[in-house]
Amino acid sequence: MTASLRFRAAILSIALFLAFIGIWHLATRGTGNVGTMSPEYAKLMGLTATQGKSAMPGPFEVGAKLWEHLKHPFYDKGPNDKGLGIQLGYSIARVGLGYLLAVIVAIPVGFLIGMSPLINRALDPFIQILKPISPLAWMPLALYTIKDSSLSAIFVIFICSVWPMLLNTAFGVAAVRKEWINVARTLEVGTLRRAFTVILPAAAPTILTGMRISIGIAWLVIVAAEMLVGGTGIGYFVWNEWNNLSITNVIIAILLIGLVGMLLDQILARATAMVTFPE
Amino acid sequence: MSTFDDPFDADRGLSRSGCVCGRHGSAAEHERAALCCEAVESETKRYEGVVASAVMRAMFPKDAARRAFLKSVGASTALAALSQFFPLQTATEAFAEAGTPEKKDLKIGFIPITCATPIIMAAPLGFYARQGLNVEVVKTAGWAVVRDKTINKEYDAAHMLAPMPLAISLGLGSNPIAFTVPAIENINGQGITLAIKHKDRRDPRDWKGMKFAIPFDYSMHNYLLRYYLAEHGVDPDTDVQLRSVPPPEMVANLRADNIDGFLAPDNICQRAIYDGAGFMHILSKEIWDGHPCCSFAASREFITASPNSFAALTRAIVDATAYASKAENRKEIAEAIAPANYINAPVTVLEQVLTGTYADGLGGVKTDPKRVDFDPFPWQSFAVWMLTQMKRWGQIKGDVDYKQVAEQVYLATDTRKVMAEMGLAPPAVSYKSFSVMGKTFDPASPEDYLNSFKIRKAS
Repeated sequence: MTASLRFRAAILSIALFLAFIGIWHLATRGTGNVGTMSPEYAKLMGLTATQGKSAMPGPFEVGAKLWEHLKHPFYDKGPNDKGLGIQLGYSIARVGLGYLLAVIVAIPVGFLIGMSPLINRALDPFIQILKPISPLAWMPLALYTIKDSSLSAIFVIFICSVWPMLLNTAFGVAAVRKEWINVARTLEVGTLRRAFTVILPAAAPTILTGMRISIGIAWLVIVAAEMLVGGTGIGYFVWNEWNNLSITNVIIAILLIGLVGMLLDQILARATAMVTFPE
Repeated sequence: MSTFDDPFDADRGLSRSGCVCGRHGSAAEHERAALCCEAVESETKRYEGVVASAVMRAMFPKDAARRAFLKSVGASTALAALSQFFPLQTATEAFAEAGTPEKKDLKIGFIPITCATPIIMAAPLGFYARQGLNVEVVKTAGWAVVRDKTINKEYDAAHMLAPMPLAISLGLGSNPIAFTVPAIENINGQGITLAIKHKDRRDPRDWKGMKFAIPFDYSMHNYLLRYYLAEHGVDPDTDVQLRSVPPPEMVANLRADNIDGFLAPDNICQRAIYDGAGFMHILSKEIWDGHPCCSFAASREFITASPNSFAALTRAIVDATAYASKAENRKEIAEAIAPANYINAPVTVLEQVLTGTYADGLGGVKTDPKRVDFDPFPWQSFAVWMLTQMKRWGQIKGDVDYKQVAEQVYLATDTRKVMAEMGLAPPAVSYKSFSVMGKTFDPASPEDYLNSFKIRKAS
């Protein structure tokens, strides 16, 4: 039964994909009708102007270009032109670093907030104000104060991915069932040991959910930050190709950003499943 | 900008005029010569020339005597004779070496537009390497980022819009930090592009209510568009909307009908035409022929810390600019700077900009070899003009010492020295008068010039 459901879902997915490609192909065929122009003039113009080619590339064009990129993912033709594999590597490294810093800060602080209602109340207004700030708003401030563009990018990832983790950790810690803590108290377990052996395992699923939300945000942020700062990374690739008005390459980058984002999310989903326990 | 005369040519005076490459008596003669020298080969020769010329001048203070001597013995004999008792080779080498750069690995930021041509092409064509520098040219996302990264010292020097170093030094839009301009990148090379639907609205008086894009507030583009509109009775602050838009987004916005036109740096104008989104209304050259556009900028601190690196950089840029100013090199340059590592644009578009034979977007092919040109000398009068416009449009409030600021930022004196050492012939003065849309600008009286404009922001 489940196998047949999975099978039917796969069929539907493929059908949707084919329909999407078909519509895309039809929509970007181009008009083909253009005014007459002298050949010497036409030679100086682009295909959009001369052959009525659509400004939006078709699916086959994107596919061919994607294949070209996948054949040489790690080429390096100087500081401003590197293969997609290298660019993605830079982005993932930046996200990893900023995210790791956020984990190091958010989980201990979240524990503290969750265990103390006083600190919770005191810090709440700050967290609520800082949480919704867009990464792009942080960027000029970071560039100006940190005075280093790659550190600024990492800082922006840190500052944007720290909040969901912090709030979820605090919530998870605060929501640990009172009975369990009372049992620990009765058995005279020390505060530190209580935190690690009772609260941490109990709050782990909530904490990991927060981490999962955060990695998604960090991956969203990196593209925006790299578009602004430039140099390396998948965000820079998007910007560089946008500069050249090459929509084909932009679409390829969008596809890859989505794939990597999904991978990162799946890794944390697996981790969450591992620490989840039946009550 | 002319180089140097052959001191062993009997038919020529040892004057300081001549052609660009220095092998011909005049610019006209240079143009006529079918085979022109390449900067690549001529450099050592030029240094040799400077030294030889100095020696010949010392030996024959009177030009007539030198000519007589050369006529009687012949140039090659004279050269051989001279080399006998004066080690020309060694002297030339010592001269060309100058000081060793304090810092060899440098980073230079650029914005991917054709204005940056000399800065960019100097890397693939080896102009930096010949000065003993290992330069990495780094593409940057926008003018504000270039500014911040140069201030942060991530870049040692950068491609900036000509007014930006003035604005940074004055503390407009950032903290005041002393910046300098050792060389102008390009002159001309901008244009007003309008959406195709406006092809019958060519009179600027009909443009009230339209939306225009400019690349940055502190740009020649901004000042020239404002000047052009104001001369036609349109107040750029109240009658139209001006928006700062990053150049690549200009084309997309024009196609999407968000803006009616833009005054943009080139390859963007041509790109809009290439994609069928706009047409060329006028080239900026028609507003002011020979106006500066972008500059090569470095902080005062960098010059003080690494004077030899700075001098070597200036030499490389001056050399590259000289190479780019020659029409016959333009095609090769277009191919060298088109790849994704540099400008990342179709070669056809860059060729149209650099060679000046271009599609105008309305079905015609136009030719203007001076559409973009390259001349490194940082005229201080350019700076004074920009300051008058900054004041005119309210960017500078209160009084400004035009001359002092211009002289601190635009390093005409230093560049003159470097150019003279390279065997080029820079202009002897740092101020020149020019005319913008038929109105003469006198750099000696900027305040009068400013007061002569009817349309300006009330201060």
